[in-house]
Amino acid sequence: MNGRNVEISLTVNGETVTESVEPRRTLVDFLRENLALTGSHVGCEHGVCGACTVRLNGEIVRGCLMLAVQCNGAKIETIEGVSDSGEVADLQDAFEKRNALQCGFCTPGMLLTAQELLAHNKAPSRDAIREHISGNYCRCTGYHSIVDAIEAVAQQRGRR
Amino acid sequence: MKPAPFAYARVRSVDEAVALLGETAEAKVLAGGQSLIATLNMRLSAPPLLVDINGIDGLEGIAHSDGTVTIGALTRHVEAERSGTIAAHAPLIARAMPHIAHPAIRNRGTIGGSIALADPAAELPACLLALGGDIDIAGPDGTRTVKADDFFRGLFETALGPCDILTGIRIPAASKNTRIGFAELARRHGDYAIVGLAAAAQGDGKGLKNVRLAYFGVGSTPLRQPKAESALSSELNGKSIDAAIAALDLDPPDDVQATGAVKKYLAGVLLRRVIKQLMEPLQ
Repeated sequence: MNGRNVEISLTVNGETVTESVEPRRTLVDFLRENLALTGSHVGCEHGVCGACTVRLNGEIVRGCLMLAVQCNGAKIETIEGVSDSGEVADLQDAFEKRNALQCGFCTPGMLLTAQELLAHNKAPSRDAIREHISGNYCRCTGYHSIVDAIEAVAQQRGRR
Repeated sequence: MKPAPFAYARVRSVDEAVALLGETAEAKVLAGGQSLIATLNMRLSAPPLLVDINGIDGLEGIAHSDGTVTIGALTRHVEAERSGTIAAHAPLIARAMPHIAHPAIRNRGTIGGSIALADPAAELPACLLALGGDIDIAGPDGTRTVKADDFFRGLFETALGPCDILTGIRIPAASKNTRIGFAELARRHGDYAIVGLAAAAQGDGKGLKNVRLAYFGVGSTPLRQPKAESALSSELNGKSIDAAIAALDLDPPDDVQATGAVKKYLAGVLLRRVIKQLMEPLQ
């Protein structure tokens, strides 16, 4: 047997995409290399750093621990999609205001992870925020300002 | 790194999966993929074929009947984490769940995959062993059931043969007398444990009976501790707890996280914490 290409059809940020992929191509490489959606980053490539976080059928997953062939028929959302739609605009503002990013490498994954937390928990404690983002490495901020930003957005959304 | 090339087959039934595994030596089952794809990316393994079982109907779901909780192999961690049935009838699993990796991984990883891989530092194999659960397996010769006590055989080695599929697990549902305890030490929340302990028992007056302790992260498999268990099953006081800690039969190897001596000491620390939990009746 060999890794003969497989044709897949899926929705990425609302657009239907049909591509032929090698079975070994990971979802994040597919997004970056085949579709030029380079907002999802490739860090550790073994599920530790969280830089490749994307949404699969509405839930965050590691883009490096999914194969593109597994996503036939799936709905994928990346930072480009949630950014263009304005879904995470308030989180992006809060990250900027509170210096919750420096180099920005972890930020797309961090934003998607934070967005999922706030979808399930309207008023998370700081501990709950830290626990939820525990799978996303940031080597610049020391996390404190990220927790501040997510907490601020939770409070802001609660007031709306 | 990127995986070495492999072929990919998405199957629709357990029979189809078992047949395909029989045709290709070294083929691997792809369930949640949260450990498998990491090892492929790092080229720690290079199987010729991945058999994707995610399209098989009926392998997922959580059910409770006749004093047994059944969890289908393809049930995602997140489903167990949010399940009212698990919270009410399998509280040890519920307590362990937040310690398993991170949200994005729990969204994808499966209960069956965790048991089948049998990572010695993973939480669920130890929980299953502490609960005295059963593992349901389908293979070339039909289906069979293996007890958790007989399932974990060595480092990443289980009772599963190369053409077998783990189809689900069954655990005794909690009763009024059920006591559970769970504790682990990890450097970062969600990382594999330096040392961990899952425990189950029955309340017996002021004491405990049928204590089952399953340590993880301290050997090649999750490890029961019969001597410490019996020390706790007679009477429960400072003396019997000290005796149980002295009776811990562990010889953890050094690893990147801690020396064996530190791990052994921490195993005693965790036992004290877990005994406190075992003394509390379930709400």
